[in-house]
Amino acid sequence: MPDYRGNPEALSGLVRDSEVHRDVYTDPGVFTLEMERLFANTWVYVGHASQVANLGDYYTTTIGTQPVVMVRDNTGTVRVLHNRCPHKGTKVASELCGNTGRLFRCPYHGWAFRTDGTLHSIPLKEGYTATGIENTEAAQGMAPVRHVREYRQFVFAKLNDGGLDFESYFGDSLSSLDNMVDRSPAGRLEIAGAVLRYMHQCNWKMLVENLTDTCHPMIAHESSAGTATRLWKQQPEGTPKHPAVEIYAPFMSPYSFYESMGIRVWPNGHGHTGVAGSIHSNYSAVPGYFEMMAAAYGEERAKTILDTNRHNTVYFPNMTLKGPIQTLRVFKPIAANKTLVESWTFRLVGAPDQLLERTLMYSRLVNAPTSVVGHDDLEMYERAQESLHSDANQWVNMQRLYDPAERSQETAVTNGTTEWQMRNQFRAWAKFMAPA
Amino acid sequence: MADAKPVPGLGEVHGARVNETALVAFVVHEARLIDEQRFEEWLDLFTDDGRYWMPLQMGQTDPVLQQSLFYDDKLLLRIRVERLLGARTFSQKPKSRCHHVLQTPVVDETDEAANRYVTYTPFHYIESRLDEQTLYAGWSRHYLTMVDGALRITLKRVDLVNPDSAFGNIQLFM
Repeated sequence: MPDYRGNPEALSGLVRDSEVHRDVYTDPGVFTLEMERLFANTWVYVGHASQVANLGDYYTTTIGTQPVVMVRDNTGTVRVLHNRCPHKGTKVASELCGNTGRLFRCPYHGWAFRTDGTLHSIPLKEGYTATGIENTEAAQGMAPVRHVREYRQFVFAKLNDGGLDFESYFGDSLSSLDNMVDRSPAGRLEIAGAVLRYMHQCNWKMLVENLTDTCHPMIAHESSAGTATRLWKQQPEGTPKHPAVEIYAPFMSPYSFYESMGIRVWPNGHGHTGVAGSIHSNYSAVPGYFEMMAAAYGEERAKTILDTNRHNTVYFPNMTLKGPIQTLRVFKPIAANKTLVESWTFRLVGAPDQLLERTLMYSRLVNAPTSVVGHDDLEMYERAQESLHSDANQWVNMQRLYDPAERSQETAVTNGTTEWQMRNQFRAWAKFMAPA
Repeated sequence: MADAKPVPGLGEVHGARVNETALVAFVVHEARLIDEQRFEEWLDLFTDDGRYWMPLQMGQTDPVLQQSLFYDDKLLLRIRVERLLGARTFSQKPKSRCHHVLQTPVVDETDEAANRYVTYTPFHYIESRLDEQTLYAGWSRHYLTMVDGALRITLKRVDLVNPDSAFGNIQLFM
């Protein structure tokens, strides 16, 4: 296989108009370049401000494969620091989350850092007198990620100085995020419930592509959604609809349903399914919720907010959310063939608890390691990861409803079974993977 | 796999008082039904409002407004069981197998007046598929009650030693 680092033409040749070479999923060299370029030149989701509500609260995560810590510093600003001691490289914050007080302290030699990352103290500091330590990177402390943006409590970061500014990068795609937040009568979300962590032995991009793959649910999920629907029909008439059946049943909708729900594509690889409506459109109303929304926003605006039922919104490269049920997933790349999926759930501040109950149930039934929907998705990804090694055909096809005219069209609303959004992601991929 | 013929009488306590022997036998039998994949019989061990709960956090008390790995009522369990038997259940081609090793169950609570019995059972559980074999360890608590002369599960709570770890597919029952 080619040395993609030294061969920009081979790299750009991996993405064609409507197919991609299998090396984008299987080649460790491509994966390394993704971490260096794609995950450094784009705005990557880091965490939610409600995870660090108080001064000194921190949350440890990764950007690509790089360990970082999100922290609310002594002035109340949310910062993202590289989670590495500048001295010997030790990971400084090791818990998933906690409160570090006014200082981070490395457990190895006791170097201490303020919550903005700057060096506070070194034990036995006279050992560095006249050594020129002040001119080293070590003396700079825990390096901050320079480009951090909190948008309606969602924290994103960009590792490199180059690339697009936050607004240019996300553009109108932020409307999906707005809709999720607006569904709180208080206009505020809180992370609720613990994170579900689901390990996938496949490339991270397979998961992102599946988000707008509307021709798989009725096939891959027949065993789960179909069984749920069939069992439900056997219940005696008049039995109240089981909330889980409300969640499962729409997966079995016919192609015509998915065609008419629509897909929207945006620049830079963002897009979403469910323009006209989605599998989330027909959940039972939760008593009292609309009244709370109407009181907060006025009836007309409340209706507009709640009538927007987008399905999956892709925040390229590796985050997605579902506004109507307040879940957010991050696809954390670990290796070319290994991805950690985190499913986060949110409480709509000021809304009835039943909404959170539904949010948690959805995530548990569809996106957990114990989910019968997730089982079949993962099976498909892992089978692909294995069989992509076949040399009979080295290309993965993404041609459904392809029209060459789309190459010059950055934004569109189109048929809900198109693979345009997958092509859109790979056009963005090629752009951000190009050498500086 | 071990002899998969039904074992009559286990889980049924005809005319007798519920004692430690009966409770222990019930818990051992329940694990055996899972290992032998006799899922219809296993489902019958639950009361109509029975639940199978696997918390996501240590010491979790709330299954509704906190996240769990499982919080299944009988319909959800039945969906899983029928799915496992389906012709287009792709994640079960080939099928998974599982294996329990139980520490001797301890009776934590016996309340005949309230018809409530609680057992505590540390376990190791293996789920295997293709070339992978995954070991899980934890503690099961069976909340049992007598219905028509037989012990039944109102709640099986399974606490993993590492509920917050990242897992691949968990497809059968612990």
